[in-house]
Amino acid sequence: MRQIEYREAIREAVIEEMERDPKVFLIGEDIGVYGNIFRTYKGLLGRFGRKRVINTPISEATITGAGVGSALTGYRPVVEIMYVDFTALAMDQIVNQAAKIKYMTGDQLNVPMVIRTQGGSGNGVAAQHSQCLEAWFYHIPGLKVVAPSTPYDVKGLLKTAIRDDNPVIFIEHKMMYLLKGPVPDEEYTIPFGLAELKKEGKDITIVTYSQMVHKALAASEKLAEVGIDCEVIDLRTLVPLDIEKIVVSVEKTNHLIILTEACERGSVASDICARVSKEAFDYLDAPVEIIAGLNTPIPFNYTLEQASIPQVEGIVKIVKEVLNK
Amino acid sequence: MKKLSKEFKKNLLEKLIKIRLFEEKTIELFQKAKILGYLHPYIGEEAVAVGACSALKKNDYIVSTHRGHGHCIAKGADIKKMMAELFAKETGYCKGRGGSMHIADTELGMLGANGIVAAGLPIAVGAGFSCKMDNDGKVVASFFGDGASNNGVFHESLNMAAIFGLPVVFICENNRYAISMCSDDSVACKDISKRSSAYDMPGLTVDGSDVVQVYDAVTDAVENARRGKGPTLIEAKTYRFYGHHPNDPAEYRDKKEENYYKNKKDPVKNFKEKILAEKVMDKDEIDKIQDSIRQEVEKAVVFAMESREPDLEKFLEEVKNI
Repeated sequence: MRQIEYREAIREAVIEEMERDPKVFLIGEDIGVYGNIFRTYKGLLGRFGRKRVINTPISEATITGAGVGSALTGYRPVVEIMYVDFTALAMDQIVNQAAKIKYMTGDQLNVPMVIRTQGGSGNGVAAQHSQCLEAWFYHIPGLKVVAPSTPYDVKGLLKTAIRDDNPVIFIEHKMMYLLKGPVPDEEYTIPFGLAELKKEGKDITIVTYSQMVHKALAASEKLAEVGIDCEVIDLRTLVPLDIEKIVVSVEKTNHLIILTEACERGSVASDICARVSKEAFDYLDAPVEIIAGLNTPIPFNYTLEQASIPQVEGIVKIVKEVLNK
Repeated sequence: MKKLSKEFKKNLLEKLIKIRLFEEKTIELFQKAKILGYLHPYIGEEAVAVGACSALKKNDYIVSTHRGHGHCIAKGADIKKMMAELFAKETGYCKGRGGSMHIADTELGMLGANGIVAAGLPIAVGAGFSCKMDNDGKVVASFFGDGASNNGVFHESLNMAAIFGLPVVFICENNRYAISMCSDDSVACKDISKRSSAYDMPGLTVDGSDVVQVYDAVTDAVENARRGKGPTLIEAKTYRFYGHHPNDPAEYRDKKEENYYKNKKDPVKNFKEKILAEKVMDKDEIDKIQDSIRQEVEKAVVFAMESREPDLEKFLEEVKNI
């Protein structure tokens, strides 16, 4: 199968959906000739024109609100917020408007809008450009939250997001845009709420998403060398959450680690931990362990930045501790 | 001033009276605790909604505010469904899930009232993008208050609407108070309409108690928008006769000022007098209209009271899918 980059997969998804449905359009900052800061939309202005590739001033709240308004009136906007950190400027439109309009209007209106954004640390861009804020959106009833880890997933999930009749927060990871992976030529979509078993194992389950999937897989390779067999689950979507798959896995391995790049306090990992502790309590041989980012703004210094989020060596160490090995 | 037919003037008066009587009734019910939650009466501002919505077609969009009953009625909303919503009943516009601040009617292009001050402006911009992409001459009217004009998204929205030449008419209902904050102390310019110059769009101030003045201004702005000439900012100077809500004594307002507006700038009374003076209708005809609307409002109350409550079991089922 051909190998393409994560960002190319995004671009393909957008092109396919725009060609399929004339109501799909793009709106955001620096998405014109520049083609987005990661060049995800390279060439799309020329291909679809100014009416469907709307390059805006720096006005996150109004970009998002314009997405909401156009979604209410028949369109399917793909809104781009350049960094997930900048969604802070658009929170009213996301939380009080997009997430609630369908409900508040007794299902008369709905908001088929995708907010594409990206988060995560790793390239030294410090505290305002490196956060993992999925927990903010996870907390709000009315929003779906997607965090794809591979080119294959990012394409299939983005196509599903664009076809969804309700708002989807689609969080990419800035360190994965150049990641290559297999993507078929044929069209496909990936349903929401379906976690993927990345690696089967019998000793311990590692549940994770986004870039941390790759660290979990790297750690499980190292652990295999010392005879520890990890099962790795990629959640793919956080809302809806495939809790069944986690529970089934825990019933088999009796040990669970939830791995996230986000800081631990109030994290999605904490919530999954609470749910599994309730739903699979009888199957657990050890307390559920969370491996998360430190509760700190992301530092600029490379060594400190790396120390702020989980790394492969740390994951290996904690897995051994949980298993008393 | 545009030449208006008798029929049209009659229609304007009917709408003005309907809003006034509907709101008087809701205040009465609120004070008897039959209506709960928040209620923001539109009394005193009727001419803005009626003048503006009369300049729109049925399928044009409006985006409303927390003080939105007037906009809904002026756009043609069913007052039975409105009243039922205020009573939080399943038969209400929002099935009792939204309440006073979230009434919408997709058939009438009503994209929803809004409980967040200024949040409607970006949504209006989005609807404006849709109109532009559809290219079918539809326009958007965005209502908001003096308070909203101090919020960042007001500026973002006007800027963006101007850049893209969107068919949006921004209608600022300057009723002088954002809850208790007087616009004299919160708006850095005398006329909010002047803010339009920063975005190179037309801006004008009208007497918001004069339904014809509002109608004329909005009609011109709508025409421009339909012809692809972009947005306009209209400031309608108006006044809410009550406090922020019916139980707010509005101690922050000068009584003299209040009396001035109530006596001299009552949009319903003034237009009635104008209609009588112009002999469009006589007093009997107006009384008849008034009685018939009063009955319609009473019927809406009966409908609301007799309607069923939302079903709890259904609610708990619904929640699983959110």
